[in-house]
Amino acid sequence: MENNQKLVHAFHEALGIDSNLIKDNLTYQSIPEWDSISHMILISQLEEDFNVSIETDDVIDLSSFKKAREILIKLGINF
Amino acid sequence: MIIDDLISLPQFSLHQNEKDKTMLELMKTLHDHHVTNSVAYKEICKRVFKNEVNFNSIEDLPFIPVSAFKNHQLLSVEDGDIFKVLTSSGTTGQSVSKIYLDKDTARLQSVALSKIIAHVVGPHRLPMLVIDSKAVYANKSSFSARGAGILGIAPFGKDHTYVLNENFEPDEAVLKNFLEKYNGQRIFIFGFTFMVWQFLQKANFDKKYDLSNAILMHSGGWKKLVEIAVDNQTFRQQLKEKFNLKNIYNYYGMVEQVGSVFMENEKGYLHAPNFADVIIRNPIDFSVQPIGEPGLIQVLSVLPKSYPGHSLLTEDIGVLEGIDDSPEGWKGKYFRILGRAKKAELRGCSDTFNK
Repeated sequence: MENNQKLVHAFHEALGIDSNLIKDNLTYQSIPEWDSISHMILISQLEEDFNVSIETDDVIDLSSFKKAREILIKLGINF
Repeated sequence: MIIDDLISLPQFSLHQNEKDKTMLELMKTLHDHHVTNSVAYKEICKRVFKNEVNFNSIEDLPFIPVSAFKNHQLLSVEDGDIFKVLTSSGTTGQSVSKIYLDKDTARLQSVALSKIIAHVVGPHRLPMLVIDSKAVYANKSSFSARGAGILGIAPFGKDHTYVLNENFEPDEAVLKNFLEKYNGQRIFIFGFTFMVWQFLQKANFDKKYDLSNAILMHSGGWKKLVEIAVDNQTFRQQLKEKFNLKNIYNYYGMVEQVGSVFMENEKGYLHAPNFADVIIRNPIDFSVQPIGEPGLIQVLSVLPKSYPGHSLLTEDIGVLEGIDDSPEGWKGKYFRILGRAKKAELRGCSDTFNK
């Protein structure tokens, strides 16, 4: 699976939302499904799917779909 | 210096004289902001502090009792900008405090808290054992203080494992599996103080467990433990005896100032981070107490912008232990909590504020 698709899939799995909603402008706490509880589920999902380890600062910084991609790029994932 | 600078500096690094200057400027700005945006705050200041505008030190700033959040709707944002309402647990028969957060204040709180916790835990996320049940999150729209407290700490952990089941009973199998899975690794344990005592220290486990690789962080206050004569020293001692658990960090914070927490050092004293401070006040006339003299604890924080909670008089009694001279090098003020103020000590205070 291409990485962008993989990222959409991770959000879809962790937050339980329709893939159509998952766009760059999707931000943390902007929808009821992405709250502080599901945020930690999302982080684990990303770590598992991309085989990366996300540090605390990035957990807090990961505040949008766009930001998630930026953080993964920083961790060596190509988009 | 702006708030973000104070937060991003290594914590516990500012000397008191430098901090006094920085805090004063930021606190004055916050005071003006709240006077402009919160009618209730303005009223309290006018009635109690006669609307003084010249503050020469942070000690001159108005402070409001934490109980004011129970009796007044205290917020400095438009209803439409409210993004989350935190509530205090509140004992039976009392009304609950309501704390209104907008996105900006909520963000500052989480970043600030993370800097303090990282100072102790480090930047890497550790396997995290929570001495609580997932059932604390039952009501999503209005989090309990405990649920919010756990979620504030969650970014420091991974594989979050809750030791208590849905009925709030300890599940030894969960504990056992977690410890086997992470055998020999550093782990992070978090819980509220009385939960840790009741469901970890006092739990009847079949086996003996070694937690010498664990960092325990706990918070929530000593009220319930003081009732059964357990103080901080006993708490630390007994956890060490039963689990060989030595890395124990208590922190003092409240729902009215989420993000600004006072962290315990190895000696058991609480330290103010760079962006918050503490003042001990005489319970009779509210004058400032010197080092060694017990009094009511006033907490100051530069974080609260959506509600006027930047300067609060708590109902706790504490004593200042020193300034800038802590043995492990943490700067600023450090103090100890002695317990809750007695009703009589608070009466004068609430008569003044809650007319």
